[in-house]
Amino acid sequence: MKAYAALICCFLHIPLLILALFSVNSSKFTVWEGFSLHWYRAALGDRELLESAGNSLIIAVVATLIATAIGTLAAYGLWKRTSNLLSSALYMSLVTPEIVTGVSLLALFQWTFRFLHLRLGMHTVILAHVAFSVAYVVVVVMARLRSFDKSLEEAALDLGETEFGAFYRVTLPYLAPAIAAAAMLAFTVSIDDYVITSLVAGVDSQTLPMVIYALARRGVNPMLNAVSTMVVFGLGVMVLVSERLRAK
Amino acid sequence: MTAILELRGVSKEFPSHRAVENLSLEIPRGAFFSLLGPSGCGKTTTLRMVAGFESPTSGEILLNGARIDHLPPYKRNVNTVFQNYALFPHLTVRGNVEFGRPKQDIKHVLEQVHLTGKESRRLHELSGGERQRVALARSLVLEPDVLLLDEPLSALDPLLRKEVRAELKELQRRVGVTFLFVTHDQEEALALSDQIAVMNEGVVEQIGTPQEIYQSPKTKFVASFLGAMNWIDGAGIRPECLRITREGLPAVVTDSVFLGSVVHIQAKLESGEQVRAQVAPDQALKPGETVFLSWNRCDEKRF
Amino acid sequence: MKNVFKAPAWLLMIATFFIPMAIIAIYSLLTRGGYGGIERPFTLENYTRLFDPLYGVIFARSVWIAAVATFLCLLLGFPLALFIARSDRKNFWLALVILPFWTSFLIRLYAWMFLLRDTGLINTLFHTHLPMLYNNGAVILGLVYGYLPFAVLPMYATLERLDNTLLEAAADLGATPLAALYRVTIPLAMPGIRAAAILTFVPCIGTYLTSDLLGGSKTILIGNLVQNQFTTARDWPFGAAASLVLMAVALGLLFLAKRRGEELL
Repeated sequence: MKAYAALICCFLHIPLLILALFSVNSSKFTVWEGFSLHWYRAALGDRELLESAGNSLIIAVVATLIATAIGTLAAYGLWKRTSNLLSSALYMSLVTPEIVTGVSLLALFQWTFRFLHLRLGMHTVILAHVAFSVAYVVVVVMARLRSFDKSLEEAALDLGETEFGAFYRVTLPYLAPAIAAAAMLAFTVSIDDYVITSLVAGVDSQTLPMVIYALARRGVNPMLNAVSTMVVFGLGVMVLVSERLRAK
Repeated sequence: MTAILELRGVSKEFPSHRAVENLSLEIPRGAFFSLLGPSGCGKTTTLRMVAGFESPTSGEILLNGARIDHLPPYKRNVNTVFQNYALFPHLTVRGNVEFGRPKQDIKHVLEQVHLTGKESRRLHELSGGERQRVALARSLVLEPDVLLLDEPLSALDPLLRKEVRAELKELQRRVGVTFLFVTHDQEEALALSDQIAVMNEGVVEQIGTPQEIYQSPKTKFVASFLGAMNWIDGAGIRPECLRITREGLPAVVTDSVFLGSVVHIQAKLESGEQVRAQVAPDQALKPGETVFLSWNRCDEKRF
Repeated sequence: MKNVFKAPAWLLMIATFFIPMAIIAIYSLLTRGGYGGIERPFTLENYTRLFDPLYGVIFARSVWIAAVATFLCLLLGFPLALFIARSDRKNFWLALVILPFWTSFLIRLYAWMFLLRDTGLINTLFHTHLPMLYNNGAVILGLVYGYLPFAVLPMYATLERLDNTLLEAAADLGATPLAALYRVTIPLAMPGIRAAAILTFVPCIGTYLTSDLLGGSKTILIGNLVQNQFTTARDWPFGAAASLVLMAVALGLLFLAKRRGEELL
């Protein structure tokens, strides 16, 4: 049984490990020729990659901040008083296929831009990312809230706090690890998004996934291996930290 | 009478402690045999070794003269009634009872446990007592050589317990299957068993009939575990053997509890020890009163 | 006061979920104009067009591929979930299985491209010329690779809660370990298996990237159709109709599951 589990885990991890291995392959073909870091140098020197990575980071950070704030408040609000409609809306946004979310947002933007004289760009991407991340934040924060003792807030009220004060001084600190974990989750989801971003990004706001996609379509590209390894490693670390925080 | 189940020098060692030590038992065919002891004494471990869920570190287990200690549970002709009954929630009563032998006619065994007509019930529709009977039926239908019962009455509420206890005894007499019964409740063991093995810290302290064990305890532990015991000057005297007389050992009454048919007295001796006694309700005694205690020498137990 | 907390989320949902969906719904009833615009008349033609065999094939293929991928995920995932539920180091194994899922999906697909291409690692290593990419099989492989962790979690959750004494009772009553698995473990794990099936099938049927990168031009699924209509083909009304049908299928399945009391989140 253990052998089977190990086998499946190998299946899940080996493709990425192979990418990592070949990212340090000096040859640009799929034959091993020697150890080399020059693909990393190439990747870090590529203007398009750097610019798109920068865009992705900006988008992810901004979207994460907004989504975490909205999501945390929403989770708290739902915990105090459930709202089937809001819960259902959030749930549906979570399970809607990405392509549908993407085209619906594109349609929204195209329609509103008739009146607002705007164009697709970083701002539309950020809004889109906030839209699909909020549900994830709500799920994570809600889970933590379920183990929160309501009487702690009541005690605070009893001792003279306002409702918001109780939230701020008692509940929020308790939620802090979950909020951090949710933020990391939202960040991860935002950094990796291709489908929705590609539909609502303008011509001059390329994100890292978009560049990766273009490179992947073109053919075997060892620079892409280097980029992939770096991204996967970074995200992997982030996810591990997020899980540690969630488990507290 | 040949023993249907025999344990020879059985020991069970866990990494943290030794649960059972060099245990030897012979359980006669058709008997209601109990393993009695406080929690942690090794009685449940012993039962599980007979069932096959634990294997002995050393020793042998023989069923009908043949060794079974190396066999998996599904190859042994013993069946267990678990403490939480372990009924399959996805099956009906019928599904549970015929689990071990599908398509078997279960009407007869359902009659024996008074569950006729309830075959298609789901488990959540049954009461605690009914669920226990399903567990019994499920095991009995396979006609085991020995039926193992792991504290089956502890999950029931106290009111139900006495009733079910009587039913269990009657069932065993009717069906005739050998019962190996595990409990920590000495009243239960005394009421139900043909023979009792009293266990303490992995060791059997005494085996005997309920009367033997109660009246002639072989160790101090057995004496104090079975019923209450007063220790006066190194001798053990049962509360019911103490009498309030005009002469004897002086004691001051500290508590007097009226229980309807009898009055339980607690009194303090000059030596400072507390003793318990029983008197008839007409002997009204108040805390603070001095009384004199006496007893028959032959009722003393010394170890 | 309490509503203030939920207000931002409400606004967001209205702006980015309800209104866009309404727009899509309206578009699906309109007609494609010149230059890819949208104009009246209102019509149901977009929906009837979906029944055209040309597009019916796409739907059928999507359902088929999603079904096979889901089946494989359940088949491979169940023993894994069982193993983890019985293991002493549950958290370790869970982390090991879940971790890849949360790194980049796009990059994970690229990894398979790297392996399966004609000039990819497998063909180079074994000096073969197997066309492993750009077909249905590759898409199914990609989906299983991507969503296996998704399938393991709900099955694990149910199996972990299984009362161990039930298995002892089964053995006590004469069932071998295999029989106990079949007669006790699997029936009691059914809710988790059903949840896993739905949680896997829904994303699979709506997938876009997997079929786009691993499937090539021959393997068009509903997701690719929608994307195509909104970009290259510029037939937004038709794309909208296809989107709504996809949404309806996804939500319909989830609703059915919730009806039967399954806890999916």
